[in-house]
Amino acid sequence: MNPSRISQLFARCRAENEPALIAYITAGDPSLERTVSLVEAMERGGADLIELGVPFSDPIADGPVIMRATERALANGASLAGVLEVARQVRKRSQIPMLLFSYLNPLLKYGFEKLAADAVAAGIDGILMTDASVEEAGKFVPVVRAAGLDTVFLAAPTSPIERLKRVAEFSSGFIYLVSRTGVTGVQDQVSGSAAELVEKMRTVTDLPLAVGFGIAKASDAGEVAKIADGVVVGSALVRIIESFAGLPELESRLEEFTRELKEGARAGRA
Amino acid sequence: MITSSNPYNGPDSGGHFGPYGGRYVPEVLMNPLDELEQAYAAARQDPAFHAELAGLLKDYAGRPTPLYFAKRLSEKLGGAKIYIKREDLLHTGAHKINNALGQILLARRMGKQRIIAETGAGQHGVATATVCALFGMKCVIYMGEEDMRRQRLNVFRMRLLGATVTGVTSGSRTLKDAISEAMRDWVTNVGDTHYLLGSALGSHPYPMMVRDFHSCMGIEARAQILEKEGRLPDQVIACVGGGSNAIGIFHAFIPDAGVRLVGVEAGGRSLAPGEHAARFAGGSPGVLQGCYSYVLQNGDGQISLTHSVSAGLDYAMIGPEHAFLADQGRAEYVPCSDADALEAAQVLARTEGLIPALESAHGVHEALRRAPDAKGQIFIVNLSGRGDKDIDIYRENLKELDEPESN
Repeated sequence: MNPSRISQLFARCRAENEPALIAYITAGDPSLERTVSLVEAMERGGADLIELGVPFSDPIADGPVIMRATERALANGASLAGVLEVARQVRKRSQIPMLLFSYLNPLLKYGFEKLAADAVAAGIDGILMTDASVEEAGKFVPVVRAAGLDTVFLAAPTSPIERLKRVAEFSSGFIYLVSRTGVTGVQDQVSGSAAELVEKMRTVTDLPLAVGFGIAKASDAGEVAKIADGVVVGSALVRIIESFAGLPELESRLEEFTRELKEGARAGRA
Repeated sequence: MITSSNPYNGPDSGGHFGPYGGRYVPEVLMNPLDELEQAYAAARQDPAFHAELAGLLKDYAGRPTPLYFAKRLSEKLGGAKIYIKREDLLHTGAHKINNALGQILLARRMGKQRIIAETGAGQHGVATATVCALFGMKCVIYMGEEDMRRQRLNVFRMRLLGATVTGVTSGSRTLKDAISEAMRDWVTNVGDTHYLLGSALGSHPYPMMVRDFHSCMGIEARAQILEKEGRLPDQVIACVGGGSNAIGIFHAFIPDAGVRLVGVEAGGRSLAPGEHAARFAGGSPGVLQGCYSYVLQNGDGQISLTHSVSAGLDYAMIGPEHAFLADQGRAEYVPCSDADALEAAQVLARTEGLIPALESAHGVHEALRRAPDAKGQIFIVNLSGRGDKDIDIYRENLKELDEPESN
């Protein structure tokens, strides 16, 4: 099997000493159609990988910004099938890697066999399940992998080394390191526990490591780029979408902010 | 605490009751759940823990609770002999104190200083605030704003006990949203905080642990009925929201194949989507808030809104052990409408002088329905709580009794 778009991205980034900028968006906020153009705006701004968030009614791991985006998306009728359609539209014009980012229940309801096939057909490159431990999600990994999709799992500051090993074992493409305990959302500074987690994770895997949770501005992105292969930004981008939804400059504002983040991340490597 | 001969003595090491249960949480909570499981396993083996808990259950909470023969009610219905397990007599007014006492002792063993909990009807919140006061722990209770409105008395009780009650404004502003908010707090403050979950729900070890702390109800009831009647009951009936009072009274009877176990869910206004919380009448297996079980959801896997006149039953998922017992055919689950629960409450009040909690009234209704055709049978109904907290709702729904002229 050829290396996945995600693996190719990180291989290129490592070769060029370039930090990867991973941008999260809640699909369907403000609408599914608009999500397509917002993804394209983030790509123009320098995003290297897109996390397409599947809205779920009970997002226990999310803070207020993404909770509100989720409520708006669901009120506008977003569904997993709709999110896959967004991916299909993006894929017509772009080769940017896309990760489906979802709570487990919408995926279970859709059915993993069908999901794996439909996701590949839509141009999705991998799946991350927010509320699925490796113990529970392990059974879905072979189905997802067999279709050619990557499986990305979360690692946390609370995970002892034995758990980090299992997370690495079930992950492909990259591993998503949660910088701190807590829900998604912006904060004043990036947690110090991130560096420690990266160090621990490096002892058990060679997979690319991305760090997320609480990264709000260019300087945060720079701090993370010093220690990790990738920088994940979610709530800060969603907040821009919330602020400018309905305005024609939304795309340009989002593109501009994405560019600031990317430049901030690069500055961290300089 | 539970009998080793029980063939349903699950869960497995991963917390599964058949396919149900497990741990469906973000990675950050996995190690805290492991630590909780280990601490509970150690406490379970420790005679000192059991002795302290038994002492508190007896002298502070008021156990054992009586098993009362409802003679007038039985005669009126002319069929089964109905016994009532009097959890309504416990301190704080409901069974919830059993689990709150167990978990607070565990939290203290673990060195936690801060307790958080969710509450629907407010009974678990009051029980948690009570044990926090007793042990000098900081206490934060999450409660949906809709539930705060309809259970105002309990909000005040929690505050009087020194707890902070935090209103939750997301979703339907009821129990489900309060649990999500409590999980968000826990995921943020895992270091010093114990989440004192109040139902037989959520991730392993909670469904097992909460069941164990409530299993005293069934153990007592089984011994009491044998003493009074010299035989086991034919049916044991309890209301089921998340399912803590039901699993607590069912558990000791599970090996007794001849005893029918009947769970009563909230049938709400009707069995149309969004109008009820009867998971076995419209739900299907899915994942919510850390657990795999029957849940009310739409075709896209979004969790449905629920309705019940009783806040404590107004929840989209049923505890995983109940899902397993239903699949096995060991327990049966039926819905009871808002109107039938209100009617049953009045019958019990006027016949026996017992005003039930609205949750418990659902179980009472099913007993009233079954009793006339069950001559020669013995029923045990779990009266999981008393109705003081529901007086405002009874008043809203029984306006004819609330007129100055009424008698």
